[in-house]
Amino acid sequence: MILQVDKVIKRFGGLQALTDVTFDLPEGQILGLIGPNGAGKTTLFNAINGVYPPESGRVIFRGKDITGLPPYEVARSGVARTHQVVRPLNELTVLENVMVGACFGREGHSRASAARVADGVMERVGLTARAGQLASSLNVAQKKRLELARALAAHPYLLLLDEVLAGLNPTEIEAILDTIRRIRDEGVTILMIEHVMQAVMSVSDRLIVLDYGMQIAEGTPQEVANDPQVIEAYLGDPKLAERLLAE
Amino acid sequence: MNAWRQPGFWLTFLLVLVGGGAALVTRDSTLRELVFTLLMFVALSSSLNIMLGYTGYVNFGHIVFFGLGGYAGFYLISQHGWPLYTAALVGGCVSALIAALLGAAILRLRGAYFALATIGINEAARAFVINFGPFGGPTGMFINFSAYQAYGGAMQALWTTYTLLLVVTLAVVVTSYMVKHSRFGLGLMGIREDEDAAMVMGVKAPNFKNIAYIISAFFPGIIGTLFFFKNGNVEPGDAFRLHMSIEMLVMVMLGGNGTVLGPVLGAVGYERLRGFLLTSPLFKNLHLAFAGLALLLIVLFVPAGVVGWLRSRFPALRKVLV
Repeated sequence: MILQVDKVIKRFGGLQALTDVTFDLPEGQILGLIGPNGAGKTTLFNAINGVYPPESGRVIFRGKDITGLPPYEVARSGVARTHQVVRPLNELTVLENVMVGACFGREGHSRASAARVADGVMERVGLTARAGQLASSLNVAQKKRLELARALAAHPYLLLLDEVLAGLNPTEIEAILDTIRRIRDEGVTILMIEHVMQAVMSVSDRLIVLDYGMQIAEGTPQEVANDPQVIEAYLGDPKLAERLLAE
Repeated sequence: MNAWRQPGFWLTFLLVLVGGGAALVTRDSTLRELVFTLLMFVALSSSLNIMLGYTGYVNFGHIVFFGLGGYAGFYLISQHGWPLYTAALVGGCVSALIAALLGAAILRLRGAYFALATIGINEAARAFVINFGPFGGPTGMFINFSAYQAYGGAMQALWTTYTLLLVVTLAVVVTSYMVKHSRFGLGLMGIREDEDAAMVMGVKAPNFKNIAYIISAFFPGIIGTLFFFKNGNVEPGDAFRLHMSIEMLVMVMLGGNGTVLGPVLGAVGYERLRGFLLTSPLFKNLHLAFAGLALLLIVLFVPAGVVGWLRSRFPALRKVLV
Protein backbone atom coordinates (compact mmCIF):
# COMPACT_ATOMS: atom_id res chain seq x y z
CA MET A 1 0.00 0.00 0.00
CA ILE A 2 1.45 3.33 -1.02
CA LEU A 3 -1.13 5.37 0.87
CA GLN A 4 -3.20 4.43 3.89
CA VAL A 5 -5.78 6.88 5.19
CA ASP A 6 -7.09 5.83 8.56
CA LYS A 7 -10.16 7.37 10.27
CA VAL A 8 -9.30 10.91 9.22
CA ILE A 9 -11.48 13.60 10.80
CA LYS A 10 -11.46 17.27 9.88
CA ARG A 11 -13.74 19.96 11.27
CA PHE A 12 -14.09 23.61 10.33
CA GLY A 13 -15.81 25.18 13.33
CA GLY A 14 -19.14 23.39 13.54
CA LEU A 15 -18.82 21.85 10.11
CA GLN A 16 -17.73 18.24 10.01
CA ALA A 17 -15.83 18.27 6.73
CA LEU A 18 -14.44 14.72 6.95
CA THR A 19 -15.75 11.92 9.14
CA ASP A 20 -13.67 8.79 9.67
CA VAL A 21 -12.42 8.61 6.11
CA THR A 22 -10.54 5.35 5.71
CA PHE A 23 -9.11 3.74 2.61
CA ASP A 24 -6.00 2.07 1.22
CA LEU A 25 -4.46 2.85 -2.11
CA PRO A 26 -2.27 0.15 -3.68
CA GLU A 27 0.71 1.22 -5.72
CA GLY A 28 0.14 1.83 -9.43
CA GLN A 29 -3.62 2.26 -9.26
CA ILE A 30 -5.86 5.14 -10.18
CA LEU A 31 -8.37 5.84 -7.44
CA GLY A 32 -11.21 8.19 -8.32
CA LEU A 33 -12.73 10.38 -5.65
CA ILE A 34 -16.22 11.56 -6.47
CA GLY A 35 -19.10 13.16 -4.66
CA PRO A 36 -21.39 16.19 -4.81
CA ASN A 37 -20.05 19.72 -4.31
CA GLY A 38 -19.01 20.34 -0.72
CA ALA A 39 -18.62 16.63 0.00
CA GLY A 40 -15.08 17.15 1.36
CA LYS A 41 -13.02 15.89 -1.57
CA THR A 42 -10.60 18.80 -1.73
CA THR A 43 -10.47 18.88 2.07
CA LEU A 44 -9.33 15.26 1.96
CA PHE A 45 -6.50 16.27 -0.38
CA ASN A 46 -5.59 19.08 2.00
CA ALA A 47 -5.57 16.66 4.91
CA ILE A 48 -3.32 14.26 3.02
CA ASN A 49 -0.76 16.79 1.84
CA GLY A 50 -0.61 18.85 5.00
CA VAL A 51 -2.40 22.04 4.02
CA TYR A 52 -4.93 21.45 6.81
CA PRO A 53 -3.72 18.89 9.34
CA PRO A 54 -6.58 16.56 10.33
CA GLU A 55 -8.05 16.69 13.85
CA SER A 56 -7.54 12.99 14.26
CA GLY A 57 -6.73 9.92 12.22
CA ARG A 58 -3.57 9.00 10.42
CA VAL A 59 -2.15 9.32 6.93
CA ILE A 60 0.55 6.76 6.14
CA PHE A 61 2.53 7.27 2.96
CA ARG A 62 4.99 4.57 1.90
CA GLY A 63 5.03 3.21 5.42
CA LYS A 64 5.78 6.57 6.99
CA ASP A 65 3.34 8.56 9.11
CA ILE A 66 2.95 11.93 7.35
CA THR A 67 -0.06 13.13 9.35
CA GLY A 68 0.21 16.84 10.08
CA LEU A 69 3.57 17.34 8.37
CA PRO A 70 3.83 20.73 6.64
CA PRO A 71 3.03 20.64 2.91
CA TYR A 72 6.67 21.09 1.84
CA GLU A 73 7.73 18.00 3.79
CA VAL A 74 4.93 15.99 2.25
CA ALA A 75 5.92 17.23 -1.21
CA ARG A 76 9.54 16.25 -0.55
CA SER A 77 8.52 12.74 0.42
CA GLY A 78 6.95 12.25 -3.01
CA VAL A 79 3.38 13.58 -3.10
CA ALA A 80 2.52 16.15 -5.75
CA ARG A 81 -0.84 17.78 -6.33
CA THR A 82 -2.72 20.06 -8.66
CA HIS A 83 -5.23 22.66 -7.53
CA GLN A 84 -8.86 22.77 -8.54
CA VAL A 85 -8.69 26.55 -8.79
CA VAL A 86 -5.45 26.98 -10.72
CA ARG A 87 -2.63 28.68 -8.85
CA PRO A 88 0.00 29.65 -11.40
CA LEU A 89 3.02 31.66 -10.24
CA ASN A 90 1.88 34.53 -12.44
CA GLU A 91 4.97 36.67 -12.83
CA LEU A 92 7.21 33.69 -13.55
CA THR A 93 7.46 32.05 -16.95
CA VAL A 94 5.87 28.70 -17.72
CA LEU A 95 9.35 27.15 -17.70
CA GLU A 96 10.13 28.63 -14.27
CA ASN A 97 6.80 27.43 -12.90
CA VAL A 98 7.60 23.88 -13.93
CA MET A 99 11.17 24.22 -12.65
CA VAL A 100 9.83 25.07 -9.18
CA GLY A 101 8.14 21.67 -9.22
CA ALA A 102 11.36 19.92 -10.22
CA CYS A 103 13.64 21.86 -7.87
CA PHE A 104 11.60 21.38 -4.74
CA GLY A 105 9.80 18.13 -5.43
CA ARG A 106 10.88 14.63 -4.50
CA GLU A 107 14.14 14.66 -6.43
CA GLY A 108 15.22 18.18 -5.43
CA HIS A 109 16.95 19.02 -8.70
CA SER A 110 19.53 21.75 -9.14
CA ARG A 111 18.43 24.64 -11.29
CA ALA A 112 20.21 23.36 -14.38
CA SER A 113 18.87 19.82 -14.21
CA ALA A 114 15.43 21.16 -13.26
CA ALA A 115 15.40 23.02 -16.57
CA ARG A 116 16.00 19.72 -18.39
CA VAL A 117 13.28 17.94 -16.43
CA ALA A 118 10.92 20.85 -17.13
CA ASP A 119 11.61 20.64 -20.87
CA GLY A 120 10.61 17.01 -20.89
CA VAL A 121 7.45 17.58 -18.89
CA MET A 122 6.34 20.58 -20.94
CA GLU A 123 6.77 18.51 -24.09
CA ARG A 124 4.57 15.86 -22.58
CA VAL A 125 1.66 18.11 -21.63
CA GLY A 126 2.01 20.29 -24.73
CA LEU A 127 3.33 23.52 -23.24
CA THR A 128 6.70 23.63 -24.99
CA ALA A 129 5.63 26.46 -27.26
CA ARG A 130 4.65 28.51 -24.21
CA ALA A 131 7.84 27.96 -22.20
CA GLY A 132 9.01 31.58 -22.27
CA GLN A 133 5.62 33.16 -21.66
CA LEU A 134 4.51 34.46 -18.29
CA ALA A 135 2.13 32.03 -16.61
CA SER A 136 -0.43 34.82 -16.25
CA SER A 137 -0.77 34.98 -20.04
CA LEU A 138 -2.05 31.40 -20.39
CA ASN A 139 -5.72 30.57 -20.88
CA VAL A 140 -7.57 28.36 -18.43
CA ALA A 141 -6.97 25.09 -20.27
CA GLN A 142 -3.27 25.87 -20.50
CA LYS A 143 -3.14 26.81 -16.83
CA LYS A 144 -4.70 23.44 -16.00
CA ARG A 145 -1.97 21.76 -17.99
CA LEU A 146 0.60 23.91 -16.21
CA GLU A 147 -0.72 22.63 -12.87
CA LEU A 148 -0.27 19.10 -14.15
CA ALA A 149 3.20 19.84 -15.51
CA ARG A 150 4.41 21.30 -12.21
CA ALA A 151 3.16 18.26 -10.34
CA LEU A 152 4.75 15.85 -12.83
CA ALA A 153 8.08 17.67 -12.74
CA ALA A 154 8.39 16.64 -9.11
CA HIS A 155 8.47 12.98 -10.24
CA PRO A 156 6.11 12.02 -7.42
CA TYR A 157 5.23 8.56 -6.21
CA LEU A 158 1.69 9.75 -5.59
CA LEU A 159 -0.14 12.31 -7.67
CA LEU A 160 -3.22 14.09 -6.33
CA LEU A 161 -5.27 15.51 -9.21
CA ASP A 162 -8.00 17.95 -8.25
CA GLU A 163 -10.43 18.32 -11.16
CA VAL A 164 -7.87 18.60 -13.94
CA LEU A 165 -10.58 17.96 -16.53
CA ALA A 166 -13.04 20.65 -15.44
CA GLY A 167 -13.72 23.22 -18.12
CA LEU A 168 -11.93 21.33 -20.89
CA ASN A 169 -13.56 20.29 -24.17
CA PRO A 170 -13.92 16.58 -25.11
CA THR A 171 -10.76 16.55 -27.24
CA GLU A 172 -8.71 18.11 -24.47
CA ILE A 173 -10.21 15.69 -21.94
CA GLU A 174 -9.21 12.73 -24.11
CA ALA A 175 -5.67 14.06 -24.40
CA ILE A 176 -5.30 14.58 -20.63
CA LEU A 177 -6.85 11.17 -19.88
CA ASP A 178 -4.33 9.63 -22.19
CA THR A 179 -1.53 11.41 -20.35
CA ILE A 180 -2.93 10.27 -16.99
CA ARG A 181 -3.03 6.63 -18.13
CA ARG A 182 0.54 6.83 -19.33
CA ILE A 183 1.66 8.34 -16.04
CA ARG A 184 -0.03 5.45 -14.25
CA ASP A 185 1.68 2.96 -16.53
CA GLU A 186 5.02 4.43 -15.50
CA GLY A 187 4.24 3.42 -11.94
CA VAL A 188 2.87 6.63 -10.48
CA THR A 189 -0.11 6.10 -8.20
CA ILE A 190 -2.94 8.56 -8.79
CA LEU A 191 -5.73 9.82 -6.60
CA MET A 192 -8.09 11.98 -8.62
CA ILE A 193 -11.09 14.15 -7.84
CA GLU A 194 -13.32 14.46 -10.86
CA HIS A 195 -16.77 15.63 -11.81
CA VAL A 196 -16.64 14.51 -15.42
CA MET A 197 -18.28 11.14 -14.67
CA GLN A 198 -17.69 9.38 -17.93
CA ALA A 199 -13.99 10.21 -17.78
CA VAL A 200 -13.43 9.21 -14.18
CA MET A 201 -15.40 5.97 -14.67
CA SER A 202 -13.27 5.01 -17.64
CA VAL A 203 -9.89 5.82 -16.16
CA SER A 204 -10.23 4.72 -12.50
CA ASP A 205 -9.43 1.27 -11.16
CA ARG A 206 -11.53 1.98 -8.11
CA LEU A 207 -13.79 4.77 -6.89
CA ILE A 208 -14.61 6.26 -3.52
CA VAL A 209 -17.74 8.33 -3.07
CA LEU A 210 -17.88 11.05 -0.43
CA ASP A 211 -21.04 12.80 0.71
CA TYR A 212 -21.12 15.29 3.59
CA GLY A 213 -17.62 14.18 4.56
CA MET A 214 -18.53 10.51 4.82
CA GLN A 215 -17.59 7.63 2.57
CA ILE A 216 -20.86 6.30 1.25
CA ALA A 217 -19.47 3.83 -1.27
CA GLU A 218 -16.27 2.27 -2.47
CA GLY A 219 -15.58 -0.20 -5.27
CA THR A 220 -15.11 -0.64 -8.97
CA PRO A 221 -16.76 1.94 -11.23
CA GLN A 222 -19.60 -0.54 -12.04
CA GLU A 223 -20.30 -1.31 -8.41
CA VAL A 224 -20.35 2.35 -7.48
CA ALA A 225 -22.56 3.35 -10.40
CA ASN A 226 -25.22 0.89 -9.32
CA ASP A 227 -25.05 1.70 -5.63
CA PRO A 228 -28.42 3.12 -4.50
CA GLN A 229 -26.77 5.38 -1.91
CA VAL A 230 -24.60 6.94 -4.61
CA ILE A 231 -27.57 7.50 -6.87
CA GLU A 232 -29.38 9.12 -4.00
CA ALA A 233 -26.48 11.41 -3.18
CA TYR A 234 -26.27 12.59 -6.74
CA LEU A 235 -29.89 12.53 -7.91
CA GLY A 236 -31.84 12.59 -4.69
CA ASP A 237 -33.87 9.59 -3.53
CA PRO A 238 -35.10 7.71 -6.63
CA LYS A 239 -37.82 6.02 -4.61
CA LEU A 240 -39.02 9.29 -3.12
CA ALA A 241 -41.46 10.05 -5.93
CA GLU A 242 -42.93 6.55 -5.80
CA ARG A 243 -43.33 6.75 -2.05
CA LEU A 244 -44.98 10.12 -2.24
CA LEU A 245 -47.40 8.88 -4.88
CA ALA A 246 -48.25 5.81 -2.84
CA GLU A 247 -49.17 7.83 0.24
CA MET B 1 26.44 29.27 -11.84
CA ASN B 2 28.06 31.02 -14.77
CA ALA B 3 27.19 34.63 -13.99
CA TRP B 4 30.47 35.58 -15.65
CA ARG B 5 29.09 34.80 -19.08
CA GLN B 6 25.84 36.73 -18.69
CA PRO B 7 25.62 40.19 -20.31
CA GLY B 8 22.92 41.18 -17.83
CA PHE B 9 25.25 40.58 -14.92
CA TRP B 10 28.06 42.57 -16.47
CA LEU B 11 25.87 45.52 -17.34
CA THR B 12 24.88 46.04 -13.71
CA PHE B 13 28.29 45.17 -12.30
CA LEU B 14 30.21 47.49 -14.64
CA LEU B 15 27.71 50.28 -14.11
CA VAL B 16 28.50 50.25 -10.40
CA LEU B 17 32.22 49.64 -10.89
CA VAL B 18 32.71 52.43 -13.44
CA GLY B 19 30.41 54.86 -11.64
CA GLY B 20 32.10 54.19 -8.34
CA GLY B 21 35.64 53.85 -9.71
CA ALA B 22 35.60 57.25 -11.44
CA ALA B 23 36.12 59.11 -8.17
CA LEU B 24 39.02 56.81 -7.25
CA VAL B 25 40.75 57.49 -10.54
CA THR B 26 40.24 61.26 -10.59
CA ARG B 27 40.77 61.66 -6.80
CA ASP B 28 38.05 64.29 -6.95
CA SER B 29 36.68 64.69 -3.41
CA THR B 30 33.46 66.45 -4.50
CA LEU B 31 32.67 63.59 -6.81
CA ARG B 32 33.54 61.15 -4.03
CA GLU B 33 31.05 62.71 -1.64
CA LEU B 34 28.34 62.68 -4.27
CA VAL B 35 28.95 59.08 -5.29
CA PHE B 36 29.29 57.94 -1.67
CA THR B 37 25.62 58.77 -1.13
CA LEU B 38 24.65 57.17 -4.43
CA LEU B 39 26.54 53.95 -3.70
CA MET B 40 25.05 53.81 -0.24
CA PHE B 41 21.54 53.96 -1.61
CA VAL B 42 22.33 51.54 -4.43
CA ALA B 43 23.54 49.01 -1.86
CA LEU B 44 20.67 49.65 0.57
CA SER B 45 17.94 49.42 -2.04
CA SER B 46 19.53 46.39 -3.72
CA SER B 47 19.60 44.58 -0.40
CA LEU B 48 16.02 45.65 0.32
CA ASN B 49 15.08 44.23 -3.08
CA ILE B 50 15.97 40.72 -1.90
CA MET B 51 13.01 40.89 0.50
CA LEU B 52 10.74 43.29 -1.35
CA GLY B 53 11.37 42.26 -4.93
CA TYR B 54 12.31 38.59 -4.82
CA THR B 55 10.36 37.39 -1.79
CA GLY B 56 7.45 39.84 -2.04
CA TYR B 57 7.53 40.98 1.58
CA VAL B 58 7.14 44.74 1.97
CA ASN B 59 9.66 45.87 4.55
CA PHE B 60 9.28 49.39 5.95
CA GLY B 61 12.00 48.78 8.50
CA HIS B 62 15.06 48.19 6.33
CA ILE B 63 16.73 51.25 7.87
CA VAL B 64 16.69 49.46 11.24
CA PHE B 65 19.46 47.17 10.02
CA PHE B 66 21.45 50.17 8.82
CA GLY B 67 20.91 51.88 12.18
CA LEU B 68 21.48 49.01 14.59
CA GLY B 69 24.34 47.44 12.63
CA GLY B 70 25.90 50.87 12.22
CA TYR B 71 25.50 51.56 15.92
CA ALA B 72 27.11 48.25 16.83
CA GLY B 73 30.04 48.76 14.46
CA PHE B 74 30.49 52.37 15.52
CA TYR B 75 30.41 51.37 19.18
CA LEU B 76 33.30 48.95 18.61
CA ILE B 77 35.34 51.57 16.76
CA SER B 78 34.71 54.52 19.06
CA GLN B 79 34.58 52.82 22.45
CA HIS B 80 36.87 49.84 21.96
CA GLY B 81 39.25 51.03 19.29
CA TRP B 82 38.45 48.23 16.82
CA PRO B 83 39.67 48.70 13.25
CA LEU B 84 37.02 49.73 10.74
CA TYR B 85 37.19 46.50 8.72
CA THR B 86 36.33 44.07 11.50
CA ALA B 87 33.91 46.50 13.13
CA ALA B 88 31.97 46.85 9.87
CA LEU B 89 31.86 43.09 9.47
CA VAL B 90 30.59 42.69 13.03
CA GLY B 91 28.04 45.44 12.33
CA GLY B 92 26.76 43.36 9.43
CA CYS B 93 26.66 40.23 11.55
CA VAL B 94 24.73 42.03 14.29
CA SER B 95 22.13 43.11 11.74
CA ALA B 96 21.95 39.59 10.36
CA LEU B 97 21.48 38.19 13.85
CA ILE B 98 18.72 40.70 14.62
CA ALA B 99 17.03 39.73 11.35
CA ALA B 100 17.24 36.07 12.29
CA LEU B 101 15.55 36.71 15.64
CA LEU B 102 13.00 39.16 14.28
CA GLY B 103 12.25 37.00 11.29
CA ALA B 104 11.41 34.02 13.47
CA ALA B 105 8.69 36.16 15.01
CA ILE B 106 7.31 38.44 12.30
CA LEU B 107 7.82 36.40 9.14
CA ARG B 108 4.81 34.36 10.22
CA LEU B 109 2.81 37.42 9.26
CA ARG B 110 1.89 38.04 5.67
CA GLY B 111 1.03 40.99 3.49
CA ALA B 112 -0.04 44.17 5.23
CA TYR B 113 0.47 42.66 8.68
CA PHE B 114 4.15 42.03 8.04
CA ALA B 115 4.55 45.55 6.66
CA LEU B 116 2.92 47.04 9.77
CA ALA B 117 5.14 45.00 12.06
CA THR B 118 8.25 46.35 10.33
CA ILE B 119 7.13 49.95 10.99
CA GLY B 120 6.73 49.09 14.66
CA ILE B 121 10.25 47.67 14.73
CA ASN B 122 11.70 50.92 13.44
CA GLU B 123 10.14 52.84 16.34
CA ALA B 124 11.11 50.16 18.84
CA ALA B 125 14.75 50.21 17.70
CA ARG B 126 14.92 53.99 18.00
CA ALA B 127 13.40 53.90 21.49
CA PHE B 128 15.83 51.16 22.52
CA VAL B 129 18.89 53.09 21.37
CA ILE B 130 17.76 56.37 22.98
CA ASN B 131 17.53 54.58 26.31
CA PHE B 132 20.60 52.38 25.98
CA GLY B 133 23.48 53.82 28.02
CA PRO B 134 26.45 52.10 26.33
CA PHE B 135 25.36 53.56 22.97
CA GLY B 136 25.34 57.08 24.43
CA GLY B 137 21.58 57.36 24.83
CA PRO B 138 19.91 60.28 23.05
CA THR B 139 23.21 62.09 22.35
CA GLY B 140 24.85 59.14 20.62
CA MET B 141 28.60 58.60 20.26
CA PHE B 142 31.48 60.22 18.40
CA ILE B 143 34.94 59.22 17.27
CA ASN B 144 37.95 61.00 18.66
CA PHE B 145 39.55 62.77 15.72
CA SER B 146 42.91 61.21 16.50
CA ALA B 147 41.46 57.78 15.74
CA TYR B 148 41.68 58.60 12.02
CA GLN B 149 45.49 58.67 12.36
CA ALA B 150 45.47 54.89 12.15
CA TYR B 151 44.10 55.22 8.59
CA GLY B 152 46.72 57.73 7.44
CA GLY B 153 44.86 60.85 8.52
CA ALA B 154 41.27 62.00 8.17
CA MET B 155 41.53 62.63 4.45
CA GLN B 156 42.90 59.19 3.70
CA ALA B 157 40.26 57.63 5.99
CA LEU B 158 37.54 59.13 3.81
CA TRP B 159 39.06 57.52 0.73
CA THR B 160 39.44 54.20 2.50
CA THR B 161 35.82 54.29 3.61
CA TYR B 162 34.73 55.15 0.11
CA THR B 163 36.71 52.26 -1.39
CA LEU B 164 35.24 49.86 1.13
CA LEU B 165 31.75 51.10 0.32
CA LEU B 166 32.39 50.50 -3.37
CA VAL B 167 33.54 46.95 -2.64
CA VAL B 168 30.49 46.30 -0.45
CA THR B 169 28.16 47.72 -3.09
CA LEU B 170 29.68 45.45 -5.72
CA ALA B 171 29.25 42.53 -3.32
CA VAL B 172 25.58 43.43 -2.86
CA VAL B 173 25.02 43.55 -6.61
CA VAL B 174 26.77 40.20 -7.09
CA THR B 175 24.76 38.68 -4.23
CA SER B 176 21.54 40.06 -5.66
CA TYR B 177 22.31 38.51 -9.03
CA MET B 178 23.36 35.18 -7.56
CA VAL B 179 20.27 34.97 -5.36
CA LYS B 180 17.94 35.82 -8.22
CA HIS B 181 19.44 33.22 -10.54
CA SER B 182 19.79 30.42 -8.02
CA ARG B 183 17.51 27.60 -7.00
CA PHE B 184 17.03 29.48 -3.72
CA GLY B 185 15.89 32.56 -5.66
CA LEU B 186 13.42 30.49 -7.65
CA GLY B 187 11.93 29.36 -4.35
CA LEU B 188 11.75 32.97 -3.12
CA MET B 189 9.93 34.04 -6.26
CA GLY B 190 7.56 31.13 -5.85
CA ILE B 191 6.80 32.46 -2.36
CA ARG B 192 6.28 35.94 -3.78
CA GLU B 193 3.76 34.73 -6.33
CA ASP B 194 1.79 32.32 -4.15
CA GLU B 195 3.27 31.22 -0.85
CA ASP B 196 0.78 28.40 -0.25
CA ALA B 197 1.13 26.99 -3.74
CA ALA B 198 4.93 27.17 -3.41
CA MET B 199 4.80 25.20 -0.16
CA VAL B 200 2.63 22.57 -1.81
CA MET B 201 5.33 22.27 -4.46
CA GLY B 202 7.91 21.69 -1.75
CA VAL B 203 9.38 25.12 -1.09
CA LYS B 204 10.30 25.27 2.59
CA ALA B 205 8.88 28.77 2.87
CA PRO B 206 9.59 29.55 6.55
CA ASN B 207 13.32 28.85 6.14
CA PHE B 208 13.58 30.52 2.76
CA LYS B 209 11.99 33.72 4.03
CA ASN B 210 14.25 33.77 7.07
CA ILE B 211 17.39 33.33 5.00
CA ALA B 212 16.32 36.03 2.56
CA TYR B 213 15.65 38.39 5.47
CA ILE B 214 19.09 37.64 6.95
CA ILE B 215 20.93 38.23 3.67
CA SER B 216 18.97 41.39 3.11
CA ALA B 217 19.86 42.67 6.62
CA PHE B 218 23.57 41.81 6.57
CA PHE B 219 24.73 44.47 4.11
CA PRO B 220 22.94 47.48 5.67
CA GLY B 221 24.80 46.73 8.93
CA ILE B 222 28.15 47.05 7.15
CA ILE B 223 27.06 50.17 5.28
CA GLY B 224 25.80 51.77 8.49
CA THR B 225 29.18 51.30 10.13
CA LEU B 226 30.97 52.82 7.14
CA PHE B 227 28.55 55.74 7.00
CA PHE B 228 28.82 56.64 10.68
CA PHE B 229 32.59 56.14 10.66
CA LYS B 230 32.81 58.64 7.82
CA ASN B 231 30.54 61.09 9.67
CA GLY B 232 32.52 60.69 12.90
CA ASN B 233 29.39 60.53 15.04
CA VAL B 234 26.13 58.67 15.37
CA GLU B 235 22.86 59.67 17.00
CA PRO B 236 19.43 58.04 17.12
CA GLY B 237 17.86 60.68 14.87
CA ASP B 238 20.35 59.89 12.07
CA ALA B 239 20.24 56.15 12.44
CA PHE B 240 16.51 55.43 12.33
CA ARG B 241 14.87 57.70 9.84
CA LEU B 242 11.63 56.03 8.79
CA HIS B 243 11.43 58.23 5.72
CA MET B 244 14.69 56.72 4.47
CA SER B 245 13.06 53.30 4.56
CA ILE B 246 10.23 54.68 2.48
CA GLU B 247 12.61 56.38 0.08
CA MET B 248 14.39 53.04 -0.40
CA LEU B 249 11.05 51.49 -1.29
CA VAL B 250 10.54 54.27 -3.84
CA MET B 251 13.98 53.57 -5.32
CA VAL B 252 13.29 49.86 -5.71
CA MET B 253 9.84 50.45 -7.17
CA LEU B 254 11.07 53.20 -9.48
CA GLY B 255 13.89 51.13 -10.96
CA GLY B 256 12.12 47.81 -11.07
CA ASN B 257 10.97 45.62 -8.22
CA GLY B 258 12.51 42.16 -8.39
CA THR B 259 15.22 42.96 -10.93
CA VAL B 260 18.97 43.23 -10.29
CA LEU B 261 19.49 46.38 -12.32
CA GLY B 262 16.31 48.14 -11.17
CA PRO B 263 17.32 49.14 -7.64
CA VAL B 264 20.66 50.41 -8.98
CA LEU B 265 18.99 52.69 -11.53
CA GLY B 266 16.21 53.59 -9.12
CA ALA B 267 18.62 54.60 -6.36
CA VAL B 268 20.74 56.73 -8.66
CA GLY B 269 17.72 58.28 -10.37
CA TYR B 270 15.84 59.07 -7.20
CA GLU B 271 18.88 60.31 -5.34
CA ARG B 272 19.87 62.65 -8.17
CA LEU B 273 16.34 63.96 -8.33
CA ARG B 274 16.29 64.47 -4.60
CA GLY B 275 19.56 66.37 -4.81
CA PHE B 276 17.98 68.63 -7.38
CA LEU B 277 14.82 69.14 -5.35
CA LEU B 278 16.71 69.87 -2.13
CA THR B 279 18.76 72.61 -3.79
CA SER B 280 15.89 74.19 -5.64
CA PRO B 281 14.26 76.98 -3.62
CA LEU B 282 10.79 75.97 -4.74
CA PHE B 283 10.89 72.30 -3.72
CA LYS B 284 13.42 72.10 -0.90
CA ASN B 285 10.79 71.53 1.78
CA LEU B 286 8.69 69.32 -0.39
CA HIS B 287 11.02 66.55 -1.43
CA LEU B 288 9.30 63.97 0.78
CA ALA B 289 5.93 64.95 -0.61
CA PHE B 290 7.47 64.32 -3.98
CA ALA B 291 8.67 60.87 -2.86
CA GLY B 292 5.13 60.01 -1.80
CA LEU B 293 3.70 61.26 -5.07
CA ALA B 294 6.33 59.34 -7.05
CA LEU B 295 5.50 56.11 -5.21
CA LEU B 296 1.81 56.63 -5.87
CA LEU B 297 2.33 57.25 -9.57
CA ILE B 298 4.69 54.30 -9.96
CA VAL B 299 2.34 51.89 -8.22
CA LEU B 300 -0.58 53.15 -10.28
CA PHE B 301 0.98 53.38 -13.73
CA VAL B 302 4.28 51.45 -13.91
CA PRO B 303 4.15 48.90 -11.09
CA ALA B 304 7.03 47.00 -12.71
CA GLY B 305 9.33 50.05 -12.59
CA VAL B 306 11.63 51.28 -15.35
CA VAL B 307 13.44 47.98 -15.89
CA GLY B 308 10.28 45.90 -15.67
CA TRP B 309 8.55 48.19 -18.14
CA LEU B 310 11.46 47.99 -20.59
CA ARG B 311 11.54 44.21 -20.26
CA SER B 312 7.87 43.81 -21.10
CA ARG B 313 7.99 46.46 -23.84
CA PHE B 314 11.14 45.19 -25.53
CA PRO B 315 11.45 41.42 -25.02
CA ALA B 316 14.76 41.47 -26.93
CA LEU B 317 16.32 43.34 -24.01
CA ARG B 318 15.49 40.65 -21.47
CA LYS B 319 18.92 39.06 -21.70
CA VAL B 320 20.56 42.34 -20.79
CA LEU B 321 18.12 43.84 -18.29
CA VAL B 322 18.04 41.28 -15.53
